[in-house]
Parts: sequence; structure tokens; C-alpha cells
Amino acid sequence: MAEAAIHPAALDRARVLQWMQTYGVYAGVAVLLVVNIAVTPHFLSAENFRTQAVQVAPVIIVALGMALAIGTEGIDLSVGAVMALAASVTALYLGYGLVPALLTVAVFAAVVGLANGALVAWVGVQPIVATLALMVGGRGIALVLLPQLKDLHNPGLASLGSGDVLGIPYLIVIAAALALLVAFVIRRTTFGRQLLAIGDNRAAAKLAGLPVRRVLMLVYVACALLAAVAGVLATARLQASDPTSLGNLMELSAITAVVVGGTPLSGGRVNIAGTVAGAVLIQLLTATLIKHDLPPSWTQIAQAIVIVLAVYAARGRGKR
Amino acid sequence: MTATRTETEEAVARTEKELLDAAEPVGSSRSERLSALVQQHGALAVLVIVSAVASLSFDSFATGDNLSNMATSSAFLAVVALGMTFVIITGGIDLSVGSLFALGGVLAAWGSQYGTLVALLLPMVVCGLIGVVNGLLIARSRLAPFIVTLAAMLGARGLMLSLTNEGADTYLVKKGSFLAELGQGTTLGVGNPVWITLVLFVAGAVVLRRSRFGQHVYAVGGNEDAAALMGAPVARTKIIVYTLSGVLAGLAGALNAAWLASGVTILGNGMELEAISAVVIGGTLLTGGLGYVSGSLVGVLLLKVIQNVINQIGSLDSSYQQVVSGAFLAVVVIAQTWLGRRRQLL
Repeated sequence: MAEAAIHPAALDRARVLQWMQTYGVYAGVAVLLVVNIAVTPHFLSAENFRTQAVQVAPVIIVALGMALAIGTEGIDLSVGAVMALAASVTALYLGYGLVPALLTVAVFAAVVGLANGALVAWVGVQPIVATLALMVGGRGIALVLLPQLKDLHNPGLASLGSGDVLGIPYLIVIAAALALLVAFVIRRTTFGRQLLAIGDNRAAAKLAGLPVRRVLMLVYVACALLAAVAGVLATARLQASDPTSLGNLMELSAITAVVVGGTPLSGGRVNIAGTVAGAVLIQLLTATLIKHDLPPSWTQIAQAIVIVLAVYAARGRGKR
Repeated sequence: MTATRTETEEAVARTEKELLDAAEPVGSSRSERLSALVQQHGALAVLVIVSAVASLSFDSFATGDNLSNMATSSAFLAVVALGMTFVIITGGIDLSVGSLFALGGVLAAWGSQYGTLVALLLPMVVCGLIGVVNGLLIARSRLAPFIVTLAAMLGARGLMLSLTNEGADTYLVKKGSFLAELGQGTTLGVGNPVWITLVLFVAGAVVLRRSRFGQHVYAVGGNEDAAALMGAPVARTKIIVYTLSGVLAGLAGALNAAWLASGVTILGNGMELEAISAVVIGGTLLTGGLGYVSGSLVGVLLLKVIQNVINQIGSLDSSYQQVVSGAFLAVVVIAQTWLGRRRQLL
């Protein structure tokens, strides 16, 4: 309906903007790839691609959960804290074996997700505030459980972090599988349709008899579980639990990936392929600047510009 | 179509909301007044109780040194929270203040070689300009405040790092200068930053409560479309509010640098969260339209007292501070939402 109101003279500009919003992120990734292949030495090697992909995998996994929250017109600021919490719990329970440790992590993450979900769905707190409390408190809990970095020696965890299947690292396989799963849930399940309907118009969804509260609770639980998976995988790759810095600013990276990927913050639409591409775009941008010996501060400035450009392109799209 | 709703959509949404909320009990006007009282002064009551318990439990709490230390270290966060209060009352949010605080400190310390005036004006102008950009993107281009100020947070930190050779260079504030006196000196036994903060808060309260601009701030946060229909300059109000937030964050950074005698690059991380927490704890609604400058000051003091108490309990490490702050924030937010829901219908 937004397009119909546009004056014909503005049509070309609108088309360009719309194209930018839908395909801009892929174009950005393609441009960065071409530029890097042309000018960056040793860029076109299997080793480099592997490194980049392994680094971006946790961001993708967190961003998938964030996309679900944003799809309901919500947001989850606590994902970085949940990653730290997952790292602490993994370290504490690894002595009982890898599987019990991972199950405990899942329980902790589910509790965090239920707390966020209850505040949003039952108490009616704005998501940004509801999850802010756990963003502040969650890392504190992680640090209370495990005050400092701890090296982990567990063959199972080590192979999870650095092992591969058919030459593809587990991290990438897991990130890809989760992306497909989340995309399937969004597109093909009743839950996915209900999620988008709630994001589009929560009041209407409620009047139509959708289980708004249950869906919101599940979304925040899913978001916390995905963040926990990313936390465990990052811990496995480091072979150490680092609750102080693991997942720092991750909420911002994840939100950036989702928004750059074309998912509107106003809810009602979720673009999973775009989210994955958004995470890859940011990763490539960072890698490009670092490989050309540009200072890390430039990366932050570049990231800021990309974010503003992406939301500017997305302006006026979405439901309102 | 733009990011804001049209009147019709707003009206429809309101009707829907009323339908949905119809099942909620309607409070009497007495309970309405009570909930307003709790909202406005609840944090103050908690502050008084926590401080009383702390001074009974720890001999070192109510000493002049400890109190004056707490007051001075609260001053910088308070100045940032003052700007944040204005932003949040308009229904927005400013995530860039932590970075602007750090940037302001570095600029002030660098500028102190050219005199105190430069050291104070430079951070206020640069951070203010970043605030203007935030405001323009939010008010004119109608981008989400959360995302715009997030970008500014990254950008300003990047700028600060590139000014300091990736954080390796530290600029020192000239000893004995007026700037150093402003940060480290005392007047009537109380640190100068505390006096400056008090003056700023009084000015902020007067502007918010007594000026036309203050009315616009509340109107924009209460209902943007209604404010626009009544002739309030919505975009201009928003731009001024984000500019103010930037200027105050820069000034707070400058004062902090004067206090520490150097522009410390690692400061300001997570400060936006502390400031938001303080404002929310102080009774300002994150949905906008309702808030108190004095509440934000109480919120800051409460956070600092909790921090101090946790430091006094030697056996607890500082991670507990985050846990307590988080729990506190959750309790306040739940109470606010509960109280706010009762008020909505009246």
C-alpha cells in the first residue's frame, strides 16, 4: 500500500530504494567479495574463507533469534549476556560430561528466555526495557558463577569447536542448519504465521484469537536458546570460557545483521537469508579493513555508516 | 507512507487497545493518585531506606569522605542522565551517550593545552554536532532512535579511538589550570562537579516544567500526532532534545576528564545503560510523555549507593552490582507497567 501512494515521478527512486532494501545486502556482499579478490593478497584461499566463516557463524546464530524477536516488533538486548552465561555454565558443568553440561546450559537459557518472555507477554513491558534488565544482570550472574577466564580441556567440546564434516567446520554446518530450520519455521509453520501476525498488529492478532502470549514466550525462549548455542560454540572454538568479554556488543552486531538484511524493525516481516547475508557483510567489511591494515576504529565508523544507510533504505517500508 | 501512524490508524489502535484492556479493573481516583505518588517518589523512598540501612550497617558509609566521594562520582552520570531524561520523555532513546562521554573526555584533555574555554567548548560542540545528526536522522528522516543512536555510538567510539591512536595515547589535563580546578577543587567542602550538576539539574527542571519547549517535550512524548495537530514543532523539539543529550554527554566527559586529570579512553562503556536505568528507576516512562528530572537524579544516587554498599561488603565481588542493578531495574519496570496500566484508563 505504501507504493501505491507514490507519485509517478518518484517511482524510479522508489524502485531503486525498494531494490536496495531487498537486494542491497547481497549486492554489498558481492562488491566486497569482488574488491577483496581483486586487491587483497591471499584472500582467495580455502583457509581464509574457512576463518571468515567460522568467525561469522556465532553472529549468524544469534542474529537468527534476534530476527524472530524483531519479527514480533520486539528486540532482545540480553543475547550477549546469555552467551556469557552459557560460557560460565559450560565451564562449571563440564566436569559431569559434555552432554549434561550442554543440557544445563539449555535449561539456564530457557529460564532467561522465559523471564524475558514473561515480562514482554504477561507484564506488558516494552521488549527493549524487559531485556535491558537481563542485559545488565545476566553478565553479572555469569561473572558471579565464574569470575574469570578458565581454560577448558574436553575432547568433545574441542572437536565441536574445531572439527569438521567433509571438510566443512561444524560451526558452519550448525549455523546453516539452524538458519534453514528458522526459515522453515517462519515460512511453513502455523507458529511462524502467528509470529508474523503478532508483529504486524498485536491487537488484531489478539482479537483474532491467536495465542499471543504463548507465541511471544516461545520467541524469547528461542532467542535465548540460539544465543546459548552461539555462546557454547564460541567457547568451544576458544577452548576457554570467557564470561568477561564473550558476547560483548553481540546484541548490536545481531541487530545490525538483521536490519541490514532487510527485516524491518516495525515487525511483521522476517528475512532470514538477508539476515545471514547481513552478518556476512559486516564480517567481510571488518576483514577487509583489517587486512588492509586500517585501524580498528575505522571498522566501527564504517559499521555505523552501513547501519544508517541500511535503515535509510528501509525507510517507509514495512507495515506503517 | 512514513514511520508514524496516521490519525485514523492511531484511533483504530486506541480503540483496539481499549477493547483489549476493558477486562482490566478501573482504579478509583484515590488509587490513581497513590500510583502517581509511588511512580514519582518510590525511588526516593527506596533511596532513603537503603541509605539508612547502609549507614546503620557500615560505619564507613555515612562518613563525610565517603558521601562526598559518592556525590562527585555520581555527578558525571547524573549530567548524562539529565540529557537522557529529556530524550526518553519524547519517547526516544540515546545509546550514543557512553561513547560521547568518552569522546568528550579525550577532546577536553587534548583541548586543555589551549585553555579551559577550548577544553570545555570543544567537547560540547563536537558531541552536540553528533547529537544534531542523531536528531536530524530521527526527526526528519524518521529513522528509529534506537538504530540511529546505535550507529552514533559505534561512530563516536571509532572517532575517539582514531584521535587517540587506537586508544594508545592518553592526553593529560594541564595541572593547576582552571579546568583542573573545576574538576578537582571543592567549594564549601563539596566538589565542584557536584555544584555544576546541581545547577544543571535546577536549570533542566525549570526548562522542562516552566518553558514552552518543556511543554513540547511532554507533548511529543505523549502523542506525537496530537502534538503536531496542536501546532507543536515536533521535529524541532526532537532535534533539540538529541542535541542537548549530546552536549551534556560531552560536558560530563569533559568534567570527568578534569576530575581524573586525563582523557581516559576506556570510560563510558555501558554508560548508556546506567543512564537509561537511572532515568527509568527515577519514574520516567520509557514510552514517553511522563517523567521527572529530579527522579533521574534520585535514580543515579540509588545506583551509586547500591554500588557503594556492594563495595563495602568486602566479600562480594563487583559482579553482584550488575546482578542487583538488573534485578532492581526489573522490579521497577514491572511496578511501572502495573501502575501505568491502571492509569491509562482514567
